[in-house]
Amino acid sequence: MKILVVGGGTAGTIVANNLARRLTAETRSGKVQLTMLSASDRHMYQPGLLYVAFGQMTPDQLYRDQASLLEPTIDFHVDPVKKFMLDKKQVMTEAGKIHNYDILVIATGSRIVPDETPGLTEGAEFFYTEESAVKLYKRLREFQGGRVAVAIGVPHKCPVAPVELMFSLHDYFKARGIRDKVNLKYYYPIGRIHTIEAVAKWAKPEFDSLGIEYETLFNIKEVDAKNKIVKSEEGIDVEYDLLIVVPQHRGMEVIERDNLGEGGWIPTDRHSLAMKGHDNVYVVGDTTNLPVSKTGSAAHFQAEVLAENIASIIKIGAPVRDYDGKIYCFIEAGRDRATYSMFDYETPPDLKPPSKPMHWFKLSYNQMYWTSVRGLL
Amino acid sequence: MSQTKIIDARDTFCPGPLMELISYMKRANVGDELELLSTDKGSVNDVPEWIAKVGHELISSEQVDNVWHIKVRKTK
Ligand SMILES: Cc1cc2nc3c(=O)[nH]c(=O)nc-3n(C[C@H](O)[C@H](O)[C@H](O)COP(=O)(O)OP(=O)(O)OC[C@H]3O[C@@H](n4cnc5c(N)ncnc54)[C@H](O)[C@@H]3O)c2cc1C
Repeated sequence: MKILVVGGGTAGTIVANNLARRLTAETRSGKVQLTMLSASDRHMYQPGLLYVAFGQMTPDQLYRDQASLLEPTIDFHVDPVKKFMLDKKQVMTEAGKIHNYDILVIATGSRIVPDETPGLTEGAEFFYTEESAVKLYKRLREFQGGRVAVAIGVPHKCPVAPVELMFSLHDYFKARGIRDKVNLKYYYPIGRIHTIEAVAKWAKPEFDSLGIEYETLFNIKEVDAKNKIVKSEEGIDVEYDLLIVVPQHRGMEVIERDNLGEGGWIPTDRHSLAMKGHDNVYVVGDTTNLPVSKTGSAAHFQAEVLAENIASIIKIGAPVRDYDGKIYCFIEAGRDRATYSMFDYETPPDLKPPSKPMHWFKLSYNQMYWTSVRGLL
Repeated sequence: MSQTKIIDARDTFCPGPLMELISYMKRANVGDELELLSTDKGSVNDVPEWIAKVGHELISSEQVDNVWHIKVRKTK
Protein backbone atom coordinates (compact mmCIF):
# COMPACT_ATOMS: atom_id res chain seq x y z
CA MET A 1 0.00 0.00 0.00
CA LYS A 2 1.56 3.27 -1.14
CA ILE A 3 0.50 6.52 0.52
CA LEU A 4 1.75 9.66 -1.18
CA VAL A 5 1.55 13.05 0.55
CA VAL A 6 2.10 16.02 -1.77
CA GLY A 7 3.06 19.17 0.12
CA GLY A 8 5.24 19.53 3.21
CA GLY A 9 3.59 22.49 4.90
CA THR A 10 1.34 22.50 7.96
CA ALA A 11 -1.27 20.06 6.66
CA GLY A 12 1.00 17.63 4.79
CA THR A 13 3.51 17.40 7.62
CA ILE A 14 0.86 16.67 10.25
CA VAL A 15 -0.86 14.06 8.06
CA ALA A 16 2.43 12.29 7.29
CA ASN A 17 3.78 12.28 10.87
CA ASN A 18 0.46 11.23 12.32
CA LEU A 19 0.20 8.39 9.77
CA ALA A 20 3.77 7.30 10.41
CA ARG A 21 3.00 6.93 14.12
CA ARG A 22 -0.31 5.18 13.63
CA LEU A 23 1.18 2.79 11.08
CA THR A 24 4.56 2.04 12.67
CA ALA A 25 4.17 -1.73 12.42
CA GLU A 26 2.83 -1.58 8.86
CA THR A 27 5.66 0.68 7.61
CA ARG A 28 8.31 -1.43 9.37
CA SER A 29 7.00 -4.63 7.82
CA GLY A 30 6.90 -2.97 4.41
CA LYS A 31 3.12 -3.37 4.10
CA VAL A 32 2.76 0.42 3.91
CA GLN A 33 5.08 2.89 2.20
CA LEU A 34 4.77 6.53 3.13
CA THR A 35 6.25 9.12 0.76
CA MET A 36 6.21 12.91 0.87
CA LEU A 37 6.99 15.20 -2.07
CA SER A 38 7.44 18.88 -1.40
CA ALA A 39 8.68 22.03 -3.10
CA SER A 40 11.13 23.08 -0.39
CA ASP A 41 13.67 21.56 2.00
CA ARG A 42 12.58 24.16 4.57
CA HIS A 43 9.34 24.61 6.49
CA MET A 44 8.17 28.13 7.26
CA TYR A 45 6.07 29.13 10.27
CA GLN A 46 4.01 31.60 8.26
CA PRO A 47 2.23 33.43 11.11
CA GLY A 48 5.69 34.71 12.10
CA LEU A 49 5.69 36.93 9.01
CA LEU A 50 3.49 39.42 10.85
CA TYR A 51 6.20 39.74 13.51
CA VAL A 52 8.89 40.11 10.83
CA ALA A 53 6.95 43.04 9.35
CA PHE A 54 7.31 44.84 12.70
CA GLY A 55 10.91 43.89 13.45
CA GLN A 56 9.88 41.55 16.27
CA MET A 57 11.32 38.45 14.58
CA THR A 58 13.93 37.92 11.86
CA PRO A 59 13.19 35.60 8.93
CA ASP A 60 15.70 32.91 9.96
CA GLN A 61 13.62 32.35 13.11
CA LEU A 62 10.67 31.23 10.96
CA TYR A 63 12.33 28.17 9.41
CA ARG A 64 13.21 24.59 10.27
CA ASP A 65 14.63 21.90 8.00
CA GLN A 66 11.66 19.93 6.75
CA ALA A 67 13.48 16.60 7.07
CA SER A 68 14.10 17.28 10.79
CA LEU A 69 10.35 17.56 11.37
CA LEU A 70 9.49 14.21 9.82
CA GLU A 71 9.30 10.71 11.31
CA PRO A 72 12.17 8.57 9.97
CA THR A 73 9.81 6.15 8.22
CA ILE A 74 8.65 8.91 5.85
CA ASP A 75 10.46 8.83 2.51
CA PHE A 76 10.88 12.56 1.86
CA HIS A 77 11.88 14.16 -1.46
CA VAL A 78 12.24 17.79 -2.41
CA ASP A 79 10.84 17.31 -5.89
CA PRO A 80 7.56 19.11 -6.52
CA VAL A 81 4.75 17.52 -8.48
CA LYS A 82 4.52 18.79 -12.02
CA LYS A 83 1.63 16.65 -13.16
CA PHE A 84 -1.19 14.80 -11.42
CA MET A 85 -2.41 11.73 -13.36
CA LEU A 86 -5.32 10.70 -11.17
CA ASP A 87 -6.71 8.20 -13.68
CA LYS A 88 -3.41 6.27 -13.60
CA LYS A 89 -2.88 6.76 -9.82
CA GLN A 90 0.42 8.48 -10.58
CA VAL A 91 2.14 11.83 -10.29
CA MET A 92 5.11 13.11 -12.24
CA THR A 93 7.66 15.37 -10.57
CA GLU A 94 9.74 18.31 -11.79
CA ALA A 95 12.71 15.92 -11.94
CA GLY A 96 10.69 13.67 -14.25
CA LYS A 97 10.15 10.87 -11.72
CA ILE A 98 6.89 8.94 -11.67
CA HIS A 99 5.39 8.03 -8.28
CA ASN A 100 2.58 5.50 -8.05
CA TYR A 101 0.13 5.59 -5.16
CA ASP A 102 -2.86 3.80 -3.73
CA ILE A 103 -3.84 6.78 -1.58
CA LEU A 104 -2.96 10.36 -2.48
CA VAL A 105 -3.10 13.34 -0.07
CA ILE A 106 -2.89 16.76 -1.71
CA ALA A 107 -1.70 19.54 0.64
CA THR A 108 -0.05 22.06 -1.66
CA GLY A 109 -1.39 25.18 0.08
CA SER A 110 -2.06 28.54 -1.53
CA ARG A 111 -0.13 31.50 -2.93
CA ILE A 112 -0.63 35.23 -3.28
CA VAL A 113 -1.27 36.52 -6.80
CA PRO A 114 -0.69 40.29 -6.56
CA ASP A 115 -0.01 40.53 -10.31
CA GLU A 116 -3.67 39.77 -10.99
CA THR A 117 -4.65 43.19 -9.64
CA PRO A 118 -3.38 45.97 -11.94
CA GLY A 119 -0.80 48.21 -10.28
CA LEU A 120 -0.75 46.29 -7.00
CA THR A 121 2.81 44.97 -7.20
CA GLU A 122 4.18 48.43 -7.98
CA GLY A 123 1.96 50.40 -5.62
CA ALA A 124 1.49 48.29 -2.50
CA GLU A 125 3.44 46.62 0.28
CA PHE A 126 2.59 43.10 1.50
CA PHE A 127 3.73 40.82 4.30
CA TYR A 128 2.59 37.35 3.15
CA THR A 129 6.07 36.33 1.94
CA GLU A 130 9.48 36.61 3.60
CA GLU A 131 10.76 39.16 1.11
CA SER A 132 7.66 41.37 1.28
CA ALA A 133 7.53 41.28 5.10
CA VAL A 134 11.15 42.48 5.33
CA LYS A 135 10.46 45.17 2.73
CA LEU A 136 7.38 46.34 4.62
CA TYR A 137 9.39 46.56 7.83
CA LYS A 138 11.92 48.84 6.09
CA ARG A 139 9.12 51.02 4.66
CA LEU A 140 7.52 51.31 8.10
CA ARG A 141 10.84 52.33 9.65
CA GLU A 142 11.28 55.10 7.10
CA PHE A 143 7.69 56.29 7.37
CA GLN A 144 7.40 59.65 9.08
CA GLY A 145 3.67 60.24 8.80
CA GLY A 146 0.77 60.43 6.35
CA ARG A 147 -2.07 58.24 5.16
CA VAL A 148 -1.67 54.50 5.66
CA ALA A 149 -4.34 52.51 3.80
CA VAL A 150 -4.77 48.79 4.46
CA ALA A 151 -6.87 46.89 1.92
CA ILE A 152 -7.75 43.22 1.62
CA GLY A 153 -8.00 40.98 -1.46
CA VAL A 154 -10.37 38.01 -1.71
CA PRO A 155 -9.85 35.15 -1.08
CA HIS A 156 -7.01 35.28 1.42
CA LYS A 157 -5.55 32.96 4.01
CA CYS A 158 -5.60 33.81 7.71
CA PRO A 159 -8.68 36.03 7.87
CA VAL A 160 -7.70 37.51 11.25
CA ALA A 161 -4.35 38.84 9.98
CA PRO A 162 -5.85 42.13 8.66
CA VAL A 163 -7.28 43.00 12.09
CA GLU A 164 -4.04 42.00 13.82
CA LEU A 165 -2.12 44.16 11.37
CA MET A 166 -4.17 47.24 12.32
CA PHE A 167 -3.50 46.81 16.04
CA SER A 168 0.18 46.23 15.35
CA LEU A 169 0.40 49.33 13.13
CA HIS A 170 -1.23 51.44 15.82
CA ASP A 171 1.16 50.17 18.50
CA TYR A 172 4.18 50.49 16.22
CA PHE A 173 3.56 54.12 15.32
CA LYS A 174 2.66 54.89 18.93
CA ALA A 175 5.95 53.39 20.14
CA ARG A 176 7.79 55.56 17.63
CA GLY A 177 5.92 58.63 18.92
CA ILE A 178 4.38 59.47 15.52
CA ARG A 179 0.89 57.98 15.86
CA ASP A 180 -0.62 61.50 15.74
CA LYS A 181 1.01 62.05 12.36
CA VAL A 182 -0.45 58.88 10.87
CA ASN A 183 -3.94 58.47 9.48
CA LEU A 184 -4.65 54.75 9.77
CA LYS A 185 -7.49 53.46 7.65
CA TYR A 186 -8.75 49.94 7.01
CA TYR A 187 -10.69 48.90 3.90
CA TYR A 188 -12.61 45.64 4.07
CA PRO A 189 -14.42 43.67 1.32
CA ILE A 190 -17.76 42.99 3.03
CA GLY A 191 -20.26 45.16 4.92
CA ARG A 192 -18.67 44.90 8.39
CA ILE A 193 -15.07 45.15 9.54
CA HIS A 194 -14.54 41.41 9.88
CA THR A 195 -16.16 38.40 8.29
CA ILE A 196 -16.65 36.74 11.72
CA GLU A 197 -19.50 38.69 13.26
CA ALA A 198 -18.16 38.35 16.82
CA VAL A 199 -14.74 39.65 15.71
CA ALA A 200 -16.39 42.57 13.89
CA LYS A 201 -18.44 43.47 16.98
CA TRP A 202 -15.39 43.38 19.21
CA ALA A 203 -12.94 45.11 16.86
CA LYS A 204 -15.19 48.05 15.90
CA PRO A 205 -15.20 49.81 19.29
CA GLU A 206 -11.51 48.91 19.68
CA PHE A 207 -10.74 50.58 16.34
CA ASP A 208 -12.87 53.58 17.36
CA SER A 209 -11.06 54.03 20.65
CA LEU A 210 -7.64 53.80 18.95
CA GLY A 211 -8.57 56.22 16.17
CA ILE A 212 -8.33 53.55 13.46
CA GLU A 213 -10.72 54.53 10.67
CA TYR A 214 -12.50 52.03 8.43
CA GLU A 215 -14.53 51.71 5.29
CA THR A 216 -16.43 48.54 4.36
CA LEU A 217 -17.59 47.09 1.01
CA PHE A 218 -14.23 47.90 -0.53
CA ASN A 219 -12.80 45.38 -3.00
CA ILE A 220 -9.53 46.37 -4.64
CA LYS A 221 -9.93 46.81 -8.40
CA GLU A 222 -6.65 48.46 -9.31
CA VAL A 223 -3.88 50.66 -7.99
CA ASP A 224 -2.59 53.79 -9.68
CA ALA A 225 0.93 53.52 -8.27
CA LYS A 226 2.12 56.76 -9.86
CA ASN A 227 -0.56 58.91 -8.29
CA LYS A 228 -0.88 56.71 -5.18
CA ILE A 229 -4.57 55.96 -5.53
CA VAL A 230 -6.25 52.62 -4.82
CA LYS A 231 -9.58 52.11 -6.61
CA SER A 232 -12.36 49.76 -5.57
CA GLU A 233 -14.82 47.64 -7.56
CA GLU A 234 -17.48 49.65 -5.77
CA GLY A 235 -16.26 52.88 -7.39
CA ILE A 236 -14.35 54.45 -4.48
CA ASP A 237 -10.93 56.08 -5.02
CA VAL A 238 -8.60 56.36 -2.04
CA GLU A 239 -5.39 58.39 -1.91
CA TYR A 240 -2.59 56.99 0.19
CA ASP A 241 1.02 57.55 1.19
CA LEU A 242 1.61 53.93 2.19
CA LEU A 243 -0.63 51.13 0.94
CA ILE A 244 -0.48 47.74 2.67
CA VAL A 245 -2.43 44.93 1.07
CA VAL A 246 -3.25 41.30 1.70
CA PRO A 247 -3.33 40.27 -1.96
CA GLN A 248 -5.88 37.81 -3.30
CA HIS A 249 -4.84 34.15 -3.29
CA ARG A 250 -5.05 31.13 -5.55
CA GLY A 251 -4.10 27.51 -5.09
CA MET A 252 -0.91 26.24 -6.74
CA GLU A 253 -0.52 26.49 -10.51
CA VAL A 254 -0.26 22.72 -11.01
CA ILE A 255 -3.73 22.26 -9.49
CA GLU A 256 -5.26 24.63 -12.03
CA ARG A 257 -3.14 23.37 -14.94
CA ASP A 258 -4.26 19.78 -14.37
CA ASN A 259 -7.90 20.85 -13.93
CA LEU A 260 -8.08 19.59 -10.36
CA GLY A 261 -9.89 22.69 -9.21
CA GLU A 262 -10.88 26.12 -10.47
CA GLY A 263 -8.69 28.83 -8.95
CA GLY A 264 -6.45 26.07 -7.60
CA TRP A 265 -9.12 25.12 -5.03
CA ILE A 266 -9.93 21.41 -5.21
CA PRO A 267 -13.59 20.36 -4.76
CA THR A 268 -13.50 18.52 -1.42
CA ASP A 269 -16.13 16.74 0.66
CA ARG A 270 -16.56 18.85 3.78
CA HIS A 271 -16.68 15.85 6.15
CA SER A 272 -14.57 13.04 4.61
CA LEU A 273 -12.04 15.45 2.99
CA ALA A 274 -12.05 13.23 -0.11
CA MET A 275 -11.62 14.97 -3.43
CA LYS A 276 -15.06 14.95 -5.04
CA GLY A 277 -15.32 12.07 -7.51
CA HIS A 278 -12.17 10.29 -6.27
CA ASP A 279 -12.33 8.00 -3.27
CA ASN A 280 -8.55 7.43 -3.02
CA VAL A 281 -7.59 11.13 -3.19
CA TYR A 282 -7.85 13.41 -0.15
CA VAL A 283 -7.33 17.14 0.17
CA VAL A 284 -6.27 19.10 3.27
CA GLY A 285 -5.33 22.67 4.17
CA ASP A 286 -5.53 25.79 2.06
CA THR A 287 -6.00 24.03 -1.26
CA THR A 288 -9.47 22.65 -0.48
CA ASN A 289 -12.46 24.56 -1.81
CA LEU A 290 -14.17 24.20 1.58
CA PRO A 291 -15.97 27.26 2.90
CA VAL A 292 -13.71 27.30 5.96
CA SER A 293 -10.95 29.82 6.57
CA LYS A 294 -7.57 29.05 5.10
CA THR A 295 -5.58 28.76 8.31
CA GLY A 296 -2.93 26.59 9.87
CA SER A 297 -5.56 25.76 12.45
CA ALA A 298 -8.02 24.35 9.88
CA ALA A 299 -5.10 22.55 8.21
CA HIS A 300 -4.13 21.02 11.57
CA PHE A 301 -7.59 19.75 12.54
CA GLN A 302 -8.26 18.43 9.02
CA ALA A 303 -4.90 16.68 8.95
CA GLU A 304 -5.55 14.91 12.27
CA VAL A 305 -8.94 13.65 11.12
CA LEU A 306 -7.59 12.52 7.77
CA ALA A 307 -4.60 10.66 9.22
CA GLU A 308 -6.84 8.83 11.68
CA ASN A 309 -9.20 7.89 8.84
CA ILE A 310 -6.51 6.70 6.43
CA ALA A 311 -4.93 4.61 9.19
CA SER A 312 -8.25 3.04 10.07
CA ILE A 313 -9.09 2.42 6.40
CA ILE A 314 -5.86 0.44 6.23
CA LYS A 315 -6.47 -1.36 9.53
CA ILE A 316 -10.22 -2.02 9.52
CA GLY A 317 -11.34 -1.02 6.05
CA ALA A 318 -13.40 2.04 7.06
CA PRO A 319 -12.92 5.65 8.21
CA VAL A 320 -13.81 6.53 11.80
CA ARG A 321 -14.31 10.32 11.94
CA ASP A 322 -15.73 13.30 10.11
CA TYR A 323 -14.09 16.73 9.93
CA ASP A 324 -16.57 18.99 11.73
CA GLY A 325 -15.25 22.32 10.46
CA LYS A 326 -13.25 22.98 13.64
CA ILE A 327 -10.99 26.03 13.74
CA TYR A 328 -9.20 27.74 16.63
CA CYS A 329 -7.57 31.08 15.88
CA PHE A 330 -5.50 33.33 18.06
CA ILE A 331 -6.07 37.04 17.46
CA GLU A 332 -3.26 39.37 18.48
CA ALA A 333 -4.74 42.68 19.67
CA GLY A 334 -1.47 44.62 19.59
CA ARG A 335 1.87 44.10 21.31
CA ASP A 336 0.65 42.79 24.64
CA ARG A 337 -2.92 41.48 24.38
CA ALA A 338 -4.58 38.66 22.48
CA THR A 339 -7.84 36.76 22.27
CA TYR A 340 -9.05 33.73 20.33
CA SER A 341 -11.96 32.48 18.33
CA MET A 342 -13.15 28.88 18.10
CA PHE A 343 -15.91 27.51 15.91
CA ASP A 344 -17.02 24.68 13.64
CA TYR A 345 -19.65 24.10 10.95
CA GLU A 346 -22.41 24.31 13.54
CA THR A 347 -21.15 26.42 16.42
CA PRO A 348 -20.74 30.12 15.69
CA PRO A 349 -17.56 31.82 16.87
CA ASP A 350 -17.56 33.37 20.30
CA LEU A 351 -14.93 35.83 21.49
CA LYS A 352 -13.40 36.34 24.92
CA PRO A 353 -12.06 39.73 26.02
CA PRO A 354 -8.37 40.10 25.05
CA SER A 355 -5.87 39.47 27.82
CA LYS A 356 -2.13 39.43 28.47
CA PRO A 357 -1.97 35.69 29.30
CA MET A 358 -3.56 34.92 25.91
CA HIS A 359 -0.81 36.97 24.23
CA TRP A 360 1.84 35.02 26.13
CA PHE A 361 0.13 31.79 25.09
CA LYS A 362 0.30 32.91 21.46
CA LEU A 363 4.01 33.71 21.87
CA SER A 364 4.57 30.22 23.28
CA TYR A 365 2.54 28.73 20.46
CA ASN A 366 4.96 30.36 18.01
CA GLN A 367 7.47 27.83 19.39
CA MET A 368 5.00 25.04 20.12
CA TYR A 369 4.11 25.02 16.40
CA TRP A 370 7.18 22.85 15.78
CA THR A 371 5.95 20.27 18.25
CA SER A 372 2.53 20.47 16.71
CA VAL A 373 3.65 19.76 13.11
CA ARG A 374 5.72 16.85 14.39
CA GLY A 375 2.34 15.49 15.43
CA LEU A 376 3.16 15.53 19.13
CA LEU A 377 0.64 18.15 20.22
CA MET B 1 -22.02 30.82 -23.04
CA SER B 2 -23.16 31.70 -19.54
CA GLN B 3 -23.57 28.99 -16.88
CA THR B 4 -25.00 28.73 -13.36
CA LYS B 5 -22.42 27.95 -10.74
CA ILE B 6 -23.59 26.80 -7.31
CA ILE B 7 -21.60 28.10 -4.35
CA ASP B 8 -22.27 26.01 -1.28
CA ALA B 9 -21.64 28.36 1.64
CA ARG B 10 -24.05 26.66 4.03
CA ASP B 11 -22.96 26.35 7.66
CA THR B 12 -19.93 28.55 7.38
CA PHE B 13 -18.89 31.39 9.64
CA CYS B 14 -15.51 32.22 8.19
CA PRO B 15 -14.89 33.33 5.48
CA GLY B 16 -18.71 33.45 5.26
CA PRO B 17 -21.17 33.48 2.36
CA LEU B 18 -20.57 37.00 1.00
CA MET B 19 -16.79 36.54 1.04
CA GLU B 20 -17.27 33.22 -0.80
CA LEU B 21 -19.46 34.92 -3.40
CA ILE B 22 -16.88 37.69 -3.93
CA SER B 23 -14.19 35.04 -4.46
CA TYR B 24 -16.19 33.19 -7.09
CA MET B 25 -17.35 36.42 -8.72
CA LYS B 26 -13.72 37.40 -9.34
CA ARG B 27 -13.11 34.26 -11.37
CA ALA B 28 -16.48 34.27 -13.20
CA ASN B 29 -16.98 35.67 -16.69
CA VAL B 30 -19.26 38.59 -17.46
CA GLY B 31 -22.74 37.14 -18.01
CA ASP B 32 -22.21 34.12 -15.70
CA GLU B 33 -24.92 33.29 -13.17
CA LEU B 34 -23.91 32.31 -9.65
CA GLU B 35 -26.24 30.78 -7.07
CA LEU B 36 -25.17 31.22 -3.47
CA LEU B 37 -26.51 28.78 -0.87
CA SER B 38 -26.42 30.27 2.61
CA THR B 39 -27.80 29.36 6.04
CA ASP B 40 -26.85 32.82 7.36
CA LYS B 41 -29.93 35.02 7.37
CA GLY B 42 -27.64 38.06 7.11
CA SER B 43 -26.97 37.05 3.49
CA VAL B 44 -30.48 38.18 2.50
CA ASN B 45 -29.38 41.75 3.16
CA ASP B 46 -25.62 41.86 2.77
CA VAL B 47 -25.45 40.07 -0.60
CA PRO B 48 -27.97 42.38 -2.37
CA GLU B 49 -26.30 45.41 -0.74
CA TRP B 50 -22.91 44.46 -2.21
CA ILE B 51 -24.37 43.44 -5.59
CA ALA B 52 -26.12 46.84 -5.85
CA LYS B 53 -23.03 48.76 -4.77
CA VAL B 54 -20.79 47.11 -7.39
CA GLY B 55 -23.49 47.12 -10.05
CA HIS B 56 -23.95 43.38 -10.66
CA GLU B 57 -27.47 41.97 -11.09
CA LEU B 58 -29.59 40.29 -8.42
CA ILE B 59 -31.75 37.69 -10.21
CA SER B 60 -33.65 36.13 -7.31
CA SER B 61 -33.52 35.40 -3.61
CA GLU B 62 -35.64 32.70 -2.00
CA GLN B 63 -35.66 30.54 1.09
CA VAL B 64 -36.10 26.78 0.72
CA ASP B 65 -35.94 24.65 3.90
CA ASN B 66 -33.84 27.11 5.92
CA VAL B 67 -31.40 27.63 3.05
CA TRP B 68 -31.33 30.92 1.18
CA HIS B 69 -30.75 30.60 -2.55
CA ILE B 70 -29.48 33.89 -3.92
CA LYS B 71 -28.96 34.07 -7.67
CA VAL B 72 -26.84 36.83 -9.18
CA ARG B 73 -25.33 37.65 -12.54
CA LYS B 74 -21.91 39.17 -13.14
CA THR B 75 -22.41 42.24 -15.31
CA LYS B 76 -18.96 43.75 -15.55
C1 LIG C 1 1.18 36.35 7.46
C2 LIG C 1 0.44 35.11 7.77
C3 LIG C 1 -0.11 34.94 9.02
C4 LIG C 1 -0.79 33.77 9.34
N1 LIG C 1 -1.31 33.63 10.59
C5 LIG C 1 -1.95 32.51 10.92
C6 LIG C 1 -2.46 32.33 12.25
O1 LIG C 1 -2.27 33.18 13.12
N2 LIG C 1 -3.13 31.19 12.53
C7 LIG C 1 -3.33 30.23 11.59
O2 LIG C 1 -3.96 29.21 11.91
N3 LIG C 1 -2.88 30.35 10.32
C8 LIG C 1 -2.19 31.46 9.96
N4 LIG C 1 -1.70 31.61 8.69
C9 LIG C 1 -2.10 30.65 7.64
C10 LIG C 1 -1.32 29.35 7.62
O3 LIG C 1 0.06 29.58 7.60
C11 LIG C 1 -1.74 28.52 6.40
O4 LIG C 1 -3.14 28.50 6.30
C12 LIG C 1 -1.21 27.10 6.51
O5 LIG C 1 0.18 27.09 6.42
C13 LIG C 1 -1.83 26.20 5.42
O6 LIG C 1 -1.25 24.93 5.46
P1 LIG C 1 -1.10 24.09 4.12
O7 LIG C 1 -0.39 22.84 4.51
O8 LIG C 1 -2.39 24.00 3.42
O9 LIG C 1 -0.15 24.97 3.19
P2 LIG C 1 1.37 25.39 3.44
O10 LIG C 1 1.70 25.32 4.87
O11 LIG C 1 1.54 26.68 2.73
O12 LIG C 1 2.20 24.25 2.71
C14 LIG C 1 2.14 23.98 1.34
C15 LIG C 1 3.27 23.03 0.99
O13 LIG C 1 3.12 22.54 -0.33
C16 LIG C 1 4.38 22.55 -0.96
N5 LIG C 1 4.14 22.58 -2.40
C17 LIG C 1 3.68 23.60 -3.16
N6 LIG C 1 3.58 23.23 -4.44
C18 LIG C 1 3.94 21.94 -4.50
C19 LIG C 1 4.04 20.96 -5.55
N7 LIG C 1 3.74 21.27 -6.81
N8 LIG C 1 4.46 19.72 -5.24
C20 LIG C 1 4.77 19.38 -3.96
N9 LIG C 1 4.70 20.26 -2.94
C21 LIG C 1 4.29 21.50 -3.21
C22 LIG C 1 5.08 23.75 -0.38
O14 LIG C 1 6.50 23.66 -0.53
C23 LIG C 1 4.66 23.65 1.07
O15 LIG C 1 5.51 22.77 1.75
C24 LIG C 1 -0.96 32.75 8.35
C25 LIG C 1 -0.39 32.91 7.09
C26 LIG C 1 0.32 34.07 6.79
C27 LIG C 1 0.94 34.21 5.43
